[in-house]
Amino acid sequence: MSLNNLDTLYRQVIMDHYKNPRNRGIEETGDGVTVDMNNPTCGDRIRLQLKVEEGVVTDARFEGEGCSISMSSASMMTQAVKGKTIEDALKMSSLFSDMMLGKEIDTDLEMGDIEALQGVSKFPARIKCATLAWKAMEKGVKRQ
Amino acid sequence: MDVKAIREMFPILDQEVNGHPLVYLDSSATSQTPLPVIEALDKYYKEDNSNVHRGVHTLGTRATDQYEGAREKVRKFINAASEKEVIFTRGSTTSINYVAYGYARKILQPGDEIVITPMEHHSNIIPWQQAAKATGATLKYIPLQEDGTIALEDVKATVTEQTKIVAVTHASNVLGTINPIKEIAKIAHDHGAVLLVDGAQAVPHMKVDMTDLDCDFYAFSGHKMCGPTEIGVLYGKQELLEQMEPVEFGGEMIDFVDLYDSTWKELPWKFEAGTPIIAGAIGLGAAIDFLEDVGMDNIFAHDKKLAAYALEKLKSIDGISIYGPEERGALVTFNIEDVHPHDVATVLDMEGIAIRAGHHCAQPLMKWLNVTATARASFYLYNTEEEIDALAKGLLKAKEYFGNVFK
Repeated sequence: MSLNNLDTLYRQVIMDHYKNPRNRGIEETGDGVTVDMNNPTCGDRIRLQLKVEEGVVTDARFEGEGCSISMSSASMMTQAVKGKTIEDALKMSSLFSDMMLGKEIDTDLEMGDIEALQGVSKFPARIKCATLAWKAMEKGVKRQ
Repeated sequence: MDVKAIREMFPILDQEVNGHPLVYLDSSATSQTPLPVIEALDKYYKEDNSNVHRGVHTLGTRATDQYEGAREKVRKFINAASEKEVIFTRGSTTSINYVAYGYARKILQPGDEIVITPMEHHSNIIPWQQAAKATGATLKYIPLQEDGTIALEDVKATVTEQTKIVAVTHASNVLGTINPIKEIAKIAHDHGAVLLVDGAQAVPHMKVDMTDLDCDFYAFSGHKMCGPTEIGVLYGKQELLEQMEPVEFGGEMIDFVDLYDSTWKELPWKFEAGTPIIAGAIGLGAAIDFLEDVGMDNIFAHDKKLAAYALEKLKSIDGISIYGPEERGALVTFNIEDVHPHDVATVLDMEGIAIRAGHHCAQPLMKWLNVTATARASFYLYNTEEEIDALAKGLLKAKEYFGNVFK
């Protein structure tokens, strides 16, 4: 492998989310549910704010600190689940886990930029970085 | 010191990772294992494997002799007064927990103090947090100097007549700071406190002498000093170990067992319940023989030279922050501007270079440094300046790669 293989991991769209995170910044209104999660083995942390109305995620925002993979994944996740039903959001999370195991995913759900993270499955040490935000989302919607 | 000959004793180093020769710079996490240790383990399992201290048969005697022989090697290596003061444990963490349970909880009263530092590994923080909660004692921290060292005036100002236990690392696993243990021991003793030292990062790299340091407890791990995993040592002064309660109970550690009461064996076996880590201890003994053959003074000089070389090399990279004092042990902890340490570690891994990235089991220290994570390259007797050159080159690539991404 050479440095070119890094492009498998660090796709341009990932770097774009890392550099220009979407939905970054928690609203201080106190609305919705806030979930704190960290990856105890490496120190990455995320705070996720979710608003759910009548079973639909109406807003998803985050802040946190971590590597390019964890932060871009959080950005993509908030974008993807916004406007989805809880059921679909959880389904996407499960699809994302499959993707991290290297499985081909076949779905009608609009996964958006998330598929750019497929390359992470080839870097086992980094999978936990990518799944952190999704785990926080699962915890958040289950608390509703 | 003939590093080329030493490297030949470590077969694991002779391999390619991701198409590049392996450059292993993570010995502070775990060191590699030389042939004499692998062969000692192999011989034990092929020829001598048996339980210790109970069999009348020949294999039982051989295993016991080798297990107790390893204890004597440890005693000599750290210059303890007696083999009664050398307890085999699972590692530094277990050693510290034994003291926090068996000694600290027995003597601590509400209002007493435990004094530690912010540069401790989690294994020398959490056992004391728990002991403080259980007894009503207070946990206090000696502040750090700006460069990540400890000033003796601050030790004097923190340790009081209420202090019963001081627990300090000998060498920091993040900053590389080497602490003045002998002087800290004196301050602790002047106030009637005992000193526990976490020696996990020191014993692999330097000669440590229990009689000279005059600390009361000292903990270290085999796997960071060319030995196998799952073996470590708790050194304790005999009079303190006599007062200390066992934490684990069962076979091996008993003298007489009655229906409702039992008595314990004498030291050191009172702390070694169950079938002990026989192969691990024998492997540790072989590691000590190996290190002494090379010479601890040679290893210390070599590691120090590498750390100084790395420090100089890394400092020349633009946008790098290096943590810890100039005078340091065998590691360099750093961050590169705009590149998260995990991303640095992945880029280096693609070049065959293994470093550590994360909080290094030292979250309070990360807070003190005002970072969430750092990258760390650590060195040992088998590392070379060429490997540090490879590291520096790899870091430039990481910078370039992420630099382009951000443009």
